[in-house]
Formats: sequence, structure tokens, C-alpha cells
Amino acid sequence: MQGTSEYQPRTGIERWIDSRMPLPRLMYDSFIAYPIPRNLNYSYAFGAILSLVLVVQILTGVVLAMHYAANSAIAFNSVEQIMRDVNYGWLLRYMHANGSSMFFIAVYIHMFRGLYYGSYKAPREIQWILGVILFLLMMATAFMGYVLPWGQMSFWGATVITNLFSAIPLVGEGITHWLWGGFAVGNPTLNRFFSLHYLLPFMIVGVVILHVWAFHVTGQTNPTGVEPKSRSDVVPFTPHATMKDAVAMVAFALFFAWFLFYLPNYLGHPDNYTLANPLVTPPHIVPEWYFLPFYAILRAIPSKLGGVIAMFASIIVLFFLPWLDRSKVQSAAYRPLYRIFFWIFVVNVICLGYFGAKPPEGWYVLATQLLTAYYFVHFLIIFPLLGYIEKPRPRPTSITEAVLSKHKSGGGGTPAEAAASPERRG
Amino acid sequence: MRDGTATKIMTTMLKSITRLSAAGVLVLAGLSVAAAQQDAPAAPESPEAKPEETALPHFPLEEPEEMEWSFAGPFGKFDQQQLQRGFQVYREVCSACHSMKLVPFRALGWEGGPHFSEEEVEALAAEYQIQDGPDDTGEMFERPGRPSDYFPAPFPNDEAARYANGGAVPPDMSVLAKARGVERGFPQFLIDIFTTYQEGGPDYIHALLTGYEDEAPEGVTVLPGQYYNPHYMYAAALAMPPPLFEDLVEYAQNQDDDPNNDVPQTVDQYSRDVAAFLMWAAEPHMEARKSMGFTVIAFLLVFCGLVYYVKRKVWANVEH
Ligand code: HEC
Repeated sequence: MQGTSEYQPRTGIERWIDSRMPLPRLMYDSFIAYPIPRNLNYSYAFGAILSLVLVVQILTGVVLAMHYAANSAIAFNSVEQIMRDVNYGWLLRYMHANGSSMFFIAVYIHMFRGLYYGSYKAPREIQWILGVILFLLMMATAFMGYVLPWGQMSFWGATVITNLFSAIPLVGEGITHWLWGGFAVGNPTLNRFFSLHYLLPFMIVGVVILHVWAFHVTGQTNPTGVEPKSRSDVVPFTPHATMKDAVAMVAFALFFAWFLFYLPNYLGHPDNYTLANPLVTPPHIVPEWYFLPFYAILRAIPSKLGGVIAMFASIIVLFFLPWLDRSKVQSAAYRPLYRIFFWIFVVNVICLGYFGAKPPEGWYVLATQLLTAYYFVHFLIIFPLLGYIEKPRPRPTSITEAVLSKHKSGGGGTPAEAAASPERRG
Repeated sequence: MRDGTATKIMTTMLKSITRLSAAGVLVLAGLSVAAAQQDAPAAPESPEAKPEETALPHFPLEEPEEMEWSFAGPFGKFDQQQLQRGFQVYREVCSACHSMKLVPFRALGWEGGPHFSEEEVEALAAEYQIQDGPDDTGEMFERPGRPSDYFPAPFPNDEAARYANGGAVPPDMSVLAKARGVERGFPQFLIDIFTTYQEGGPDYIHALLTGYEDEAPEGVTVLPGQYYNPHYMYAAALAMPPPLFEDLVEYAQNQDDDPNNDVPQTVDQYSRDVAAFLMWAAEPHMEARKSMGFTVIAFLLVFCGLVYYVKRKVWANVEH
């Protein structure tokens, strides 16, 4: 939906810059004139929310790094120093720690939105793949960030996860020692994790730019899954999307503030307020909540190598999603069967997360295995199969038609309308 | 709002709820079948396996009681007198074994804490002997503490602490109140989000200190040098002897002529006071945090309303 540029430099300085470097033009075309489908709902605002959280993480992180000491002898105390003696240090540190959780809450909603509306389908495969890469980068960044306070969970989480690489035949042990910079997690590990934790967010910024840039050719999806065809299907980004995103961002900031000010340690683990001790293993080693579904998959397989493969496969499979889904219909709004399986999948992932936090004993083990099996069945069997057996509902011919017909009858008459109505929020 | 929007949203919500619960029931049904299958063969085939499975008791044996804390909730504030009493308990009892290395004396004078006066803090600090040096001759020496000093540790190192305490190191108390917390379980952990429950640490400390029992129940073996306590998080017994007894600490608050502000000198009261003090030690800026939180959230609520209003205006003539 990207037309030719409509940018008209209005002032002398704009003209001067535009004729040398079209940066104002790029900004104008991306965030002002850029056409967006008129029927987007609030689930489409999480991209904007994610950008906001990324900025918050980088700003708080840069200031924290001015006070933090990446040395295993003093790292724990330096974090406490930040909490106690740095002006508003508690605010920065809690904002950064809870910010990572907010990042994952937003990204999970963003991803489920993509799954529901078929945002990964042609011609947006590259966008989706860039998104999965962003997700992987986020996971690496968050994992290394959690090690920095050098508490018990930092240390033992790092030990468990880096140890996974030792499952690789032949070279595994060598790789693990290379990652540690020694024969166990220690000061060299902390140092390199800090370095990478500072580096990766900027790589995230880079991939985010590509992720957004790709919209210049593909445009956004929308709840009907029908591409915009005429001027009446779209509205300019500013003020329409800008204001809608602003509402969502402020509402999300409220949610964030609730945790930041009233529940700052709710999403963390108490054990991380105990200094790392290589001689004392905590009774239950659990990762941060946002890794729990993957941790559950890791533990579901009785063999170590198998678990590692399953865990990585559970993310790698996302890369292939655009080709696993054989349905021609983009939006779940017109896919009666997929819609049911979508929600089952959501519950499946939540349950995996729940069992990821439980000790692997008794019936939890089998439950986790079943849920893990279903996770892969969803992607590898249900997705391809639905394309053949599902009978999609009739789709509107255009966004405008969908929107207008919905407003005319008010109560929902045609199937297209009834199907479109769930997507109507705000 | 347009006609029928509300009903539409309602039906949509109802629909999604039914859908969700249907999915949930499906998964649960699957799980229970799985559970039944798991249990069924274990019993007849391998009777030895069973005691092993049930022998893993869940610690703590008893859940901590939820106490009323003045500092709980969005508007919580520390009770200054309680913190002063709790500090007294720490100083006279716990500090014999537990260090508190990250807390400087000056913090005792901070607002939103015990808030001792400047002179009181100086006098308090001076009661401690702090090692300093080396001096001009290269010797280490001891001098009276200053407000900028940190609480000295009772033992020179972990080895000494372990040796003196029956093989267990008494944990440092600077962040102890945030380092403990009994798992809340489903669905309580979801309810906690709305009630802003963050008092797992002090609840646990209070429960532990009041939870000692002389006689361990049958079947529980308590090794010598260990003390049975069903509230202990990691086992049935721990190496800390019950540290508190009735009238162990003569509260300074009770020494004045005014009987109205007297507090009972019981184990329960000591435990509450020291738990509150430890919460403050772990989170000295809690009051500032909560009051800033109120301002921020109030502002964001108003701002959200305004932005929403503008958004409505912008979209008013675009049906969507
Ligand atoms: C005689 C020395 C001694 C005194 C006095 C003492 N403790 Fe302890 N405390 C210990 C030891 C030793 C441990 C470690 C127990 C273990 O790991 O088995 C401990 C552990 C603890 C724990 C942690 C339990 C856990 O979950 O790991 C708390 C909380 C605690 N003490 C609170 C207090 C408080 C409050 C006081 C003052 C009222 C106090 N202690 C006084 C020796 C002492």
C-alpha cells in the first residue's frame, strides 16, 4: 500500500536537508502519511508499545550500567548500592527489571495477534522471520540480564542453561567451557554476559528498523485479512494510528506502573536476593516466568540432548510457519476451525508455562509431555491439515465493505459481519 | 457510542469466554486422564515406589499466616515506632549471629525508616567498634563507629560463622526479607496481583520466629543441633535455636512514664517488630516508591482519559 511519496518540504531548511538526505521524507512517509487500514483494533498497538518499552529498557539500562560493577565479587552489592544510595536508583533498577517482563508480555500478545490474523502469510514472511529473530535476540538479552545481579537464580539459571550446550555430541563440553571462559560459571562468564547484554539491545534496534521498514512494501494486515484496495480502505497514520497507539501506550504504562510501584518483586524470584553461591543449589531452579513454556518443553523430554533439541525446535518451528499454514484465508475471523485451535493453543502455552514452574515429579511430568506433544502437533499437523479440511466463511470484498455493513445492521446479520464483529474494539 | 455496540461487545466477550473455558475443560480433561493413567499402574506393580513418592514432603510443613502490616498495600507506610522496636530486637538479639553488611548507620536516620535523629544515629554508631586502617605505622586499629560506617558483622568470615552455629551460616539480614517467601500457589498468585501482596518475606520471618515446637511429630527425625520448626521453608528443622523469649528485650518505648504507648513484650510482638524492621532494611525507599506510584498512576489515569478523548475525536468521522 505504499504509494509514491507525498512529502512536500515546507520550510527552507527541510528543502535543504531533503535534497541532500531524504530523512525527513522517510519519517514523513513512515509515520505521518503512511496509510493504515481503517479497521485496526487495539491488538495492533503492541508494536508501538514494544518500541516504547525498548526505549525505556535502553535508557534505564545505560544509566544502570554507569553504577553497576560486572565483577562477581561485587556485582550483587553494586546492585544493592544502586537500590539504596543512587538517587532514584531503586526506580531505575525496578523499571529495568520489570521492564523486561513488560517487554515479554507485550511481545507475546503481539505474536499471538500475528498468529490470529495470519500476519505471517505472504507477502509478509520476511517480516515474520525478522520478528522471530527479534524474539530470539530478546530472549538472549533477557537471559544474560538476569545473570547480572549475581544472585542465586542468576548463577544457577546461567549454569543450567549454558550446560545445555554440553549435550551436543563431541564438541559440547568444549563449547560450554568456551562460553563460561573457565570450568564453571564465574567471573569471566559474568563479564562477557554484561558485554553482550549491552550489545544485543542495539542489535534489536537494528532488526526493529528492518522489521518496520518491511511494512513499506507490504503494509499492515488487518482483522479482515483483505488487503486494502482503495483510498477509502485506509486512513493516514497521523493522526489516526498515532492517537490510537498513544491510548494503548498510556494504558500499558498504567499496567507497567502497577507492577513497578506496587509489585516490583512479584515477577522475580526471592532467591535472587541471595548472593550467588556455587556450593548451595537452590531447591528448585526456575527461569524467569517468560521462559517457563520453553523450560517445560526442555524438561518434558527424558534425554538431555532430546530436550535441548525440542526446546530449540519449539522456536525454530516458528520460522517455517508461513509455509506450514496451507490455508488461503488470512484472518482467523473467517476460519471457524482455526479459531478454535488458536485458543486451544493459547491455553496450551499457558499450561506449559504453569508446569514449567512446577518440580518435574508425579503427574506433572506426563502432563508436560502431553502439552509439549500438542505444541508440535499444532504447528506440524493441525496447521497444514486445516488448509485442506476447513471451509472458510465468506469474506468481504473490501475493508470498507466490512466496516460499513457492520455499522448498518448493528445486530449482525450476514456471516461476514458476524465474523467481523469480534475484531471490533474501539 | 453507536447503537448495539455494548451488546455486541458483550456477546463477543461471552463468546470468547465460552470458547476459552471449553478449551480449558478440554485440556483439563486430558490432564486428568493423564494423571489417572500415571497413578493407576504405579500402585499394584511397584509397591516400593510408592512410599518414595509420598515421602517427599512439601516444605514448609505449615504455610505462614498472613499478618496485618502497616506497610502493605498501595498506601502502606512503615510504623516508625515499630521500626525502632524492631531495630532494638535486631541489635540486642539477632546481631549476635546475623550480619547486616549493606546497611549503614546513617540509613537509620532516613525518612521513611526508623528515622532516628542525627544525634541518636551518631550515638548509636559510636557504640560499635569499627576496624580501620592501616595507620601511618601500617597497623590496623579500632575506632568508634561513625554514621557513614556499616554494621559490623558478628563473625570475621563464613567459616567462623559456620563453626559457631552448628554447621550453618546465619544469613546476612540486609535483604533477607526479600530473599524469602513461601510459594503462593494457584489461584492465590493471581489474586496477589490485585491485592499487591509483597509481604511474603515478613510473613515468613514472623511465622518462623513464632513457629518453633518443642516436640517434633512422630516420623520426623531432628538431628542434634537442629530445632524443629514446621514453618521453615527448606526442611523440618533448622540450625537456629529459637532466638526469642518473653520479656527478652526491654523495649525502650515501654521505659517512659506513659503506659498508653506500652507494647507487649511477647515473642509474637518481637517477631512482628523485627520482621517489619527487616522489611525496611531490605527496602529502605519503599515509602518513596509507593507515594511516587500514587502520583504517577493518578497522572496516567487522567492522561489516559484525555488521550482517549482526543482519539475519539480523531476517529469520529471514520467508521472503523
Ligand atoms: C544463635 C545465633 C542466632 C541468633 C541469635 C539468631 N539467628 Fe537466625 N539463624 C541462625 C542460623 C545458624 C541460621 C541458619 C539456619 C539454617 O540454615 O539451618 C539462621 C537463619 C535465620 C533465618 C533464615 C531461615 C531460612 O529460611 O533460611 C531467619 C529469617 C532468621 N535466622 C531470623 C533471625 C532473627 C529475626 C533473629 C533475631 C530475633 C535471629 N535469626 C537470631 C542463627 C541465629
